[in-house]
Amino acid sequence: MRYLLPLSQISPSSGPQVGGKGLALARLAREGFPVPRTFCLPVHVYHLYAEATGLRERILMELNRKDFQQMRWEEIWDAALRIRNMFLTTPLPAAMAAALAADVQECFGDAAVVVRSSAPGEDSARASFAGLHESYVNIQGGEAIVQHIVLVWASLWSDAALLYRQELNLDVAASAMAVVIQELVAGECSGVAFSRSPHDETQAVIEAVYGLNQGLVDGVVEPDRWLIDRQSRRLTHMPPSARSAAYAPAAGGVVLQSLAAPQTDQPPLSTEQVWEIYDFVQRAEAVWQSPQDMEWTIHEGRVYLLQSRPITTIAVENTDQRPWYLSLRRSFENLKALRAKIEGELLPAMRAEADARQGQDLADLTDTQLAAAIRERQEAVQHWTAVYWRDFIPFAHGMRLFGQLYNDVMRPADPYEFMTLLAGAPLASLERNRRLAALAAQVREDPALTALLQSGDWTSLPPAFQGQLMDFLNTYGDLSCPVGGGQCQQGPQAILRLILEMAAHPPRPLSPPAEAAALTQAFLQRLTGTKRQEAAEILDLAQASYRLRDDDNLYLGRLEALLAAAVAAARQRLQQRGLELPAQTPAAEIARALEDPHYTPPPETQPDSAADPLQVQARQLLGQPAGPGLAQGPARVIRAFDDLADFRHGDILVCDAVDPNMTFVVPLAAGVVERRGGMLIHGAIIAREYGLPCVTGVPDATRLIHTGDTITVDGYLGLVILH
Amino acid sequence: MPSEEISSTASSELPREIKALLASQHLAVLATHHQGQPHASLVAFAASPDGRNLLFATTRTSRKFANLQADPRAALLIDSRGQAAADFHEAMALSAKGPVREVAGTERESLAAVFLAKHPHLREFVGAPSCALLALQVQVYELASRFQQVLMYRFLP
Repeated sequence: MRYLLPLSQISPSSGPQVGGKGLALARLAREGFPVPRTFCLPVHVYHLYAEATGLRERILMELNRKDFQQMRWEEIWDAALRIRNMFLTTPLPAAMAAALAADVQECFGDAAVVVRSSAPGEDSARASFAGLHESYVNIQGGEAIVQHIVLVWASLWSDAALLYRQELNLDVAASAMAVVIQELVAGECSGVAFSRSPHDETQAVIEAVYGLNQGLVDGVVEPDRWLIDRQSRRLTHMPPSARSAAYAPAAGGVVLQSLAAPQTDQPPLSTEQVWEIYDFVQRAEAVWQSPQDMEWTIHEGRVYLLQSRPITTIAVENTDQRPWYLSLRRSFENLKALRAKIEGELLPAMRAEADARQGQDLADLTDTQLAAAIRERQEAVQHWTAVYWRDFIPFAHGMRLFGQLYNDVMRPADPYEFMTLLAGAPLASLERNRRLAALAAQVREDPALTALLQSGDWTSLPPAFQGQLMDFLNTYGDLSCPVGGGQCQQGPQAILRLILEMAAHPPRPLSPPAEAAALTQAFLQRLTGTKRQEAAEILDLAQASYRLRDDDNLYLGRLEALLAAAVAAARQRLQQRGLELPAQTPAAEIARALEDPHYTPPPETQPDSAADPLQVQARQLLGQPAGPGLAQGPARVIRAFDDLADFRHGDILVCDAVDPNMTFVVPLAAGVVERRGGMLIHGAIIAREYGLPCVTGVPDATRLIHTGDTITVDGYLGLVILH
Repeated sequence: MPSEEISSTASSELPREIKALLASQHLAVLATHHQGQPHASLVAFAASPDGRNLLFATTRTSRKFANLQADPRAALLIDSRGQAAADFHEAMALSAKGPVREVAGTERESLAAVFLAKHPHLREFVGAPSCALLALQVQVYELASRFQQVLMYRFLP
């Protein structure tokens, strides 16, 4: 054998080559514990691959595009997706692949296996990477196993693993991974055993589920639990609320199946089996002389130990942040439940809350009542903003889940090809733009109407056009507010200016949906049976996630507009009292001034800007390519909402973040540059819909680029060049 | 739309990366020209403490000296490459542009001390009557990092 090591050849000093999991399994085997047939692919094979293919430097260049500390989690996810795709599209050198496949064939023949990560340093008492790297269950045949080895290597660079390593101050650049390949034991029941409970050292814990233990590890299947008092050997059984499902091997993976009687009524383990497993974990604790956490399975009455590792939480107390990093990866089941909650519960409640306030006539309120309304509306905004972070943002994982699946199946050259399959959904802000474009089209074809608009006399517009305009105003607001849906000016001047600008130039069409249909078909045809069905469901979920990415902002925008309206009414009353407050005065201060005639909010102090002998100028800025293409034009830097009013056809939109409430200028733009990073952020999504070059995640974009600068957006390489 | 983190702030001092490059590197590539024909040469350099002057020495008979006599405009490239694959994510390149002048008199003494503190083995060379101590007065630094990011730092007169 050229690459694989049998457990018998692994010694206590092999840790740096075989990783924690490989080392522990070798020790279990040496001590006579029942371990399934297992081989280890050492770290040096990862290095061989990464060096021979040039992947090592490509990964480091990707990660070095931006200071890691400055990267938002979404940008880290993007980098991780790109790196994962590098692995997917970089096969092992032919000779290496052949030798490894031959090794695998020799060790396992046609037996199904589990391919697991075993990174050096993981599963130590200091750092537990359990669950952060991938494992693949029920993989068969040399070629498939080699492919999954590459996927396990790739998981070294997942967003969660990157963040966690950063947190532990581990050198990201030195990361490497060994792989453990273990014959699959299709147990009738499986579980985990802790020689000491992480919460109570006097007790041991055993958890068990029917079938494979994927369900237990992922938290999808609720286990039966036994507590064992280590001193008195008193046994307490805690059954789950229901035993309803179990994971079983199925065509190249696993499937969740529902359980029937008698299993639904019986715990998966007999009392004798609980004691048998307890004895194993006690023996393991004695061997390692430290508390152990084991995974086991029972097949035809025989216990097999799948792995053993020290219990992290006892050593590190409560500083382990791993659960948080793990929460970055959400299962399909979890997202489906989240979707139901968002679509069935949260969005209707949000709409109802806005509708209820929409009817309120602010003019009828006393000053005290208006102050109360401001506070109440601010609370509503705060409440829904919190909901936005808690439930809406995580739902973006729907897109990620699909992206990973699509890339695994299609291995596309462009890691973001999957976005094309999501585009074309009826986004609220695109619908708004469509209606604006329809108004502009009428003006473009009618010189008399154009002249009428240019004269500014909008009251004498043809009734049909005026009707459509009022309809637009009532639905979307007058586009002059920094928040959606509001009407901040007396009349539609802002919209008319925009329509004239749009009418003066050819329309900008949205990208054709035909490509999406062809890609979707090609993708689904690659899969068969239940896998195709699952893929279609994940695609549907991702499309909902994509839509929500846009729509939630508009709903939140409505609540913000209601707050703004109440604040505007209060300002008007204060003005009549002779009190002019600066624009940035917080809403709470305005409410207080309204109630208390003697109160004047303190003025905000402006920081002094000292003379700067050194002038910093950008020549070429690095971001992430978020929409392919090349565009040159004058920069229009949006620092305040009012800057949008001057937007001209052919300008390049430069902003902190494209807010859904400002996407109406995007059809005029030649390109988009954003400080906020990510491929799945609103601005990138809209730019892609219009086929515009887009670069996101440019640090200090709005500081280093100035309105009027001639800039080039290189959406292929993620560069912004200042001329 | 809920806002997120705020980007880094500006500073009126030379950035840390530039100071580190000026301190750690010993050799730089000097670009001059002869009637439009570019000429590149390797020189030992040292930066004045404020980073506004880059010092190097050459004999008055050298080609670069003649080129600079004819046209004082020049550029110096200072970089941290290690001639390895890792350069593509690690190395930085700093290009300094400005006019070059020969320093003389008491100024030469103080600047020669700065230069020799970094290159003590060049004492005889710098002390020779045929050797000129030159200073590139930096008007602009261009720093390329992360493979493709380029920022310019311009000294205001």
